[in-house]
Amino acid sequence: MEATTYNYKIVRQFAIMTVIWGIVGMLVGVIIAAQLIWPALNFELPWLTYGRLRPLHTNAVIFGFGGTAMFTVIYYVVQRTCHVRLFAEKLAAFTFWGWQAIIVLAAVSFILGISTSKEYAELEWPIDLLIAVVWVAFAIVFFGTVIKRKTPHIYVANWFFGAYILTIAILHIVNSAELPIAFFGGSWLKSYSVYPGVQDAMVQWWYGHNAVGFFLTTAFLGMMYYFIPKQAGRPIYSYRLSIVHFWALNFTYMWAGPHHLQYSALPDWAQSLGMVFSLILLAPSWGGMMNGIMTLSGAWHKLRTDPILKFLVTALSFYGMSTFEGPMMSVKTVNALSHFTEWTIGHVHSGALGWVAMISIGSLYYLIPRLFGREEMYSMKLVTTHFWVATIGVVLYIAAMWIAGVAQGLMWRASNPDGTLQYGFAQVLNAMYPFYTIRLLGGLMFFSGMLIMAYNVWKTISVGKAVNDAPIPAPAHAHA
Amino acid sequence: MDINNLIGTLVTVVFFITFLGIVWWAYGSSRKARFEEDGKIPFEENDDLPSSNLNGEK
Repeated sequence: MEATTYNYKIVRQFAIMTVIWGIVGMLVGVIIAAQLIWPALNFELPWLTYGRLRPLHTNAVIFGFGGTAMFTVIYYVVQRTCHVRLFAEKLAAFTFWGWQAIIVLAAVSFILGISTSKEYAELEWPIDLLIAVVWVAFAIVFFGTVIKRKTPHIYVANWFFGAYILTIAILHIVNSAELPIAFFGGSWLKSYSVYPGVQDAMVQWWYGHNAVGFFLTTAFLGMMYYFIPKQAGRPIYSYRLSIVHFWALNFTYMWAGPHHLQYSALPDWAQSLGMVFSLILLAPSWGGMMNGIMTLSGAWHKLRTDPILKFLVTALSFYGMSTFEGPMMSVKTVNALSHFTEWTIGHVHSGALGWVAMISIGSLYYLIPRLFGREEMYSMKLVTTHFWVATIGVVLYIAAMWIAGVAQGLMWRASNPDGTLQYGFAQVLNAMYPFYTIRLLGGLMFFSGMLIMAYNVWKTISVGKAVNDAPIPAPAHAHA
Repeated sequence: MDINNLIGTLVTVVFFITFLGIVWWAYGSSRKARFEEDGKIPFEENDDLPSSNLNGEK
């Protein structure tokens, strides 16, 4: 018999875990930010050293918080825009438990010092294999649901989700090609990439930049294309622009990776190619941002009173800022100053906190009441508080890192008339402390916003009741 | 020009023309109404807030 209700259980499970992994990942971020000011905070324990906690932080926020947020909204949006219950629900349940297991395994292995050392791909081969299996299951559930849809057209958000799932599968499998050194008489827990030298660097940053481009951008743009129209109560500004946005982004993002390797052993033409494609990316990025923001035209007043919309639209503003900053930093002359400095950290967090986290938080505030049979969150006042704490936190964070980064870059390159360096490493580090402190404060604010959210979610759940009977509408459409 | 360069050039040209085709397809005036309808898909069903579920279809 055809199902008559949507599967909200899987959405609820992922939604709650998103908040939890957000708190865990951001807490570790706060700890390592503090360690940069007070190194003694590693308590001389190998498990708590910066080198082990840093990948734990990045993986927990990207794959734990961001990845879980994407599972949440994809399972929700694909059902509601295809007017059909999730395909292969047992497999969907497997993706939940599998994904949680991956995050726990990641945390444990990083603390034990087990790492491939490839950025954002630090997980060792057994966990990589598990990721591949869970991801294929995810693809089957998602594309299976799209195939059995009752709507004639596949809504644009699902195109973005599909691109995300497909691309991450390719990126992960190619970049994780590695051999355990056990084959050569070493440990089973250490592997090396199969690619040699500069090829490895290029594959790694092809992966790394597309982890940003497809994990942290394309996926969350899909989120934007559903939740901004819904929360604003009007369709997307231009559906036709959304189609061009989608394809332009997909055609260009794949080529931007080499900008992570400017002035390296990578051939010059590849470096320039990376720079040119990064500059081209500004067009689709801003096109998409404008499409989201203009959706509010005629409904700007809602922005004054609706904290959820505040989250979603502020996220888009940060998206616009960081997608302007990114192409600029990929220009070789700018990169010569910015590379290896705190500016990069500022740029990443303007995207990660300002865009990814804010759009996810806004979407969760939209979702949680609907998943628990409430009209709105337990306290909309606390949502507003969260918004301001988070926004001020991001601004403090990125402003501190911009100033720190530019100062750092200028001090590193400053030379005396005889050609010797004007500043030693320790002198530059010394100049960083005030900015590290402001960054810690900004990070703490963003983190405390997540605690406010957790309290609000918990209260909403305790007064609400899990919804398991959300009805699927009868197939009747304006057009065929 | 060796074969790899030729493939690279061809792929670039084919991709670019494909992209122009997509732009033409998205902005063709005969498909304007259709895409406006497609943009309304998220609104084709009741909101899932408790208050909206009482009202029946649309």
